[in-house]
Amino acid sequence: MTLASKGAAIDIRGVSKFYGNFTALDDVSLRVEPGEFMSFLGPSGSGKTTTLNLIAGFTDLSTGEIRLGERSIGHVPAHKRNIGVVFQHYALFPHMTVAANVAYPLKQRGMGKAERAQAVEASLRKVQLESFAHRYPSELSGGQQQRVALARAMVFNPSLLLMDEPLGALDKKLREVLQLEIKRIHRELGSTFVYVTHDQEEALVLSDRIAVFNKGRIEQVGTGHELYTAPQTLFVGQFIGESSVLRGPHRSAGDETALTLGGATLTVPGAAKGEGPQVILLRPEAATVQAPGTGPRDGRTNVVAGTVREMLYLGSAMKYEVALAGGGHVIARTATQESPFAIGSPVEVAWNPKDSTLLADDGSTAAL
Amino acid sequence: MASDTARPPWRGPFLLTLPALAVLLLVMAVPLGVIVLRSFTDPAPGVGNYVWFFDTPVNLTVLARTFKISFWVTLCCVVVAYPYAFAMSVAGPRLRLLLILCVLVPFWVSGVVRTLAWVILLQDSGVINKGLVWLGFDKVKLIRTQLGVTIGMTQVLLPFMIMPLYAVMRGIDLRLLQAARSLGAHPVKTFFQIYLPLSLPGVFAGATIVFILALGFYITPLLLGGPQSTMLSTLIQQQVLSLLNWGRGGAMGVVLLVATFGFLAVASPFMRQKYKISGGGR
Ligand SMILES: Nc1ncnc2c1ncn2[C@@H]1O[C@H](COP(=O)(O)OP(=O)(O)OP(=O)(O)O)[C@@H](O)[C@H]1O
Ligand SMILES: [Mg+2]
Repeated sequence: MTLASKGAAIDIRGVSKFYGNFTALDDVSLRVEPGEFMSFLGPSGSGKTTTLNLIAGFTDLSTGEIRLGERSIGHVPAHKRNIGVVFQHYALFPHMTVAANVAYPLKQRGMGKAERAQAVEASLRKVQLESFAHRYPSELSGGQQQRVALARAMVFNPSLLLMDEPLGALDKKLREVLQLEIKRIHRELGSTFVYVTHDQEEALVLSDRIAVFNKGRIEQVGTGHELYTAPQTLFVGQFIGESSVLRGPHRSAGDETALTLGGATLTVPGAAKGEGPQVILLRPEAATVQAPGTGPRDGRTNVVAGTVREMLYLGSAMKYEVALAGGGHVIARTATQESPFAIGSPVEVAWNPKDSTLLADDGSTAAL
Repeated sequence: MASDTARPPWRGPFLLTLPALAVLLLVMAVPLGVIVLRSFTDPAPGVGNYVWFFDTPVNLTVLARTFKISFWVTLCCVVVAYPYAFAMSVAGPRLRLLLILCVLVPFWVSGVVRTLAWVILLQDSGVINKGLVWLGFDKVKLIRTQLGVTIGMTQVLLPFMIMPLYAVMRGIDLRLLQAARSLGAHPVKTFFQIYLPLSLPGVFAGATIVFILALGFYITPLLLGGPQSTMLSTLIQQQVLSLLNWGRGGAMGVVLLVATFGFLAVASPFMRQKYKISGGGR
């Protein structure tokens, strides 16, 4: 029998999913390239699992189209889609041994016994569980069970592998080990991977690109670097990494915008995004904390006055939380200083305008 | 952890069983001992009662019939209870409550009353036969037949099948079926390869209870059955209460008991599980 072994592209086009009046997915479009590792990242209830279930065929589309490679799969039943799925809850068959679990998809495809045994062994070797073939799932640890689930999902060489928070139930140490394993397996298989996670660090470590979900929509798709340095929405800016948000009345002139905060005028490259209120998004490492009046006054650097509210020592770095005179606060990360500013001391926060981003205020607040 | 395993097991749990053990000893072991004793001593010491039992063809016929009817009742219970218990296990909370009540309410009504209700339904001029005639079919002889006894006993014993099945089915993770489908299994196959095997412990548990209860059934076969559907309990009752032959009645009881144990010995390997259902994550 022949099994496709190269990754297939997924094309999601204008897909919506309604549950009664509730819109779980709102006109989502997304293309995942063949062999790509794509992560879905977003808060709880944002539609990640729904999207995955639509691709896997566990739920029906309300509108739109999904293509896997050349084939439109919207109406293909789940068992004919040839897509591997790994679940957060492992979903191993408790009445079958590890070997029987992994052999299950091959049996469904009518593969002969000898060939099957070989494929099972090879797949278990990939997850380093060859010696556990005759155990039952209940005799394995959580991490081992998830490895078996992974072996089972890839043994039939699906062109696409879906994983819904596969490491969500495991502790941090084990998660890190398995992340590396998943990354290696992705390289070896060459299949397309779609990976749902809550954990942005995990998404950054694993993925080629990340799709950020929010309220049933995809806010932005890009590499981790793109999402961090060039977020297109305030939600993405706040969801990925740490940031400070500065709000105030704005005025745009050419390709520069100025925001007024307390007495300070803060400039930021780019014209206002839309008609509504604007914000400046500032990453902690872009901001410097200095004693009042000590920084350069060249008119090019943004400077705001404030008071140190919190100071955290992080080993190689330190983190300040500065309450601004004009309201709001800024988080700044600097190299460890010999004599740090004490809590309560008046300081200035300064940054280069091009290290900050102008975004429309969509009302989102810092992710939890 | 180490101190946990090193400590001798607490004897508390055993002490907790004492009241139940005392009751069982009083109401089960003592009378049983007396019955066994009398079967070997009444009217004369020896195995005469057992010789009589196996020398009397009608006894053997009735013993075989008892097993046969119990088997059919068990089978009917499995077939009827399985979809019902499944529906219970997947129903929403309100429908589930309703379904549970439908099982339990008849259970609260005395067995005699229920059996009499069956007499009314099954008799030659009863509701079922009137319905059949109305639909243009011939009448079916139900009352005083093995079919009638089987129907009545199935209804009375159904809860003993539904409850253990439901308990097992509720523990089955339906997401496993989704997983099976993603691995290429047709929905029908996911049932036979995943769901059915996982529910078998419930089937075996329920079937064992029903079968054993059916073997000793008395009222229902008596009221719904005729001479051709007498079961062993009825014969025992005749020996003891009508003929005042305690020895023979005791011997018949012992034969039934031994046969039941024999059945359990054969059945129990099927009920042992090599795996735990809760193999999953949390
Ligand atoms: N069967 C359903 N009926 C009604 N609403 C549903 C159903 N399934 C999901 N939803 C709703 O759709 C929304 C998206 O759910 P989804 O499971 O996709 O979220 P998610 O992004 O995977 O969240 P999480 O990170 O918590 O897993 C949620 O608000 C959820 O309540
Ligand atoms: Mg989810």
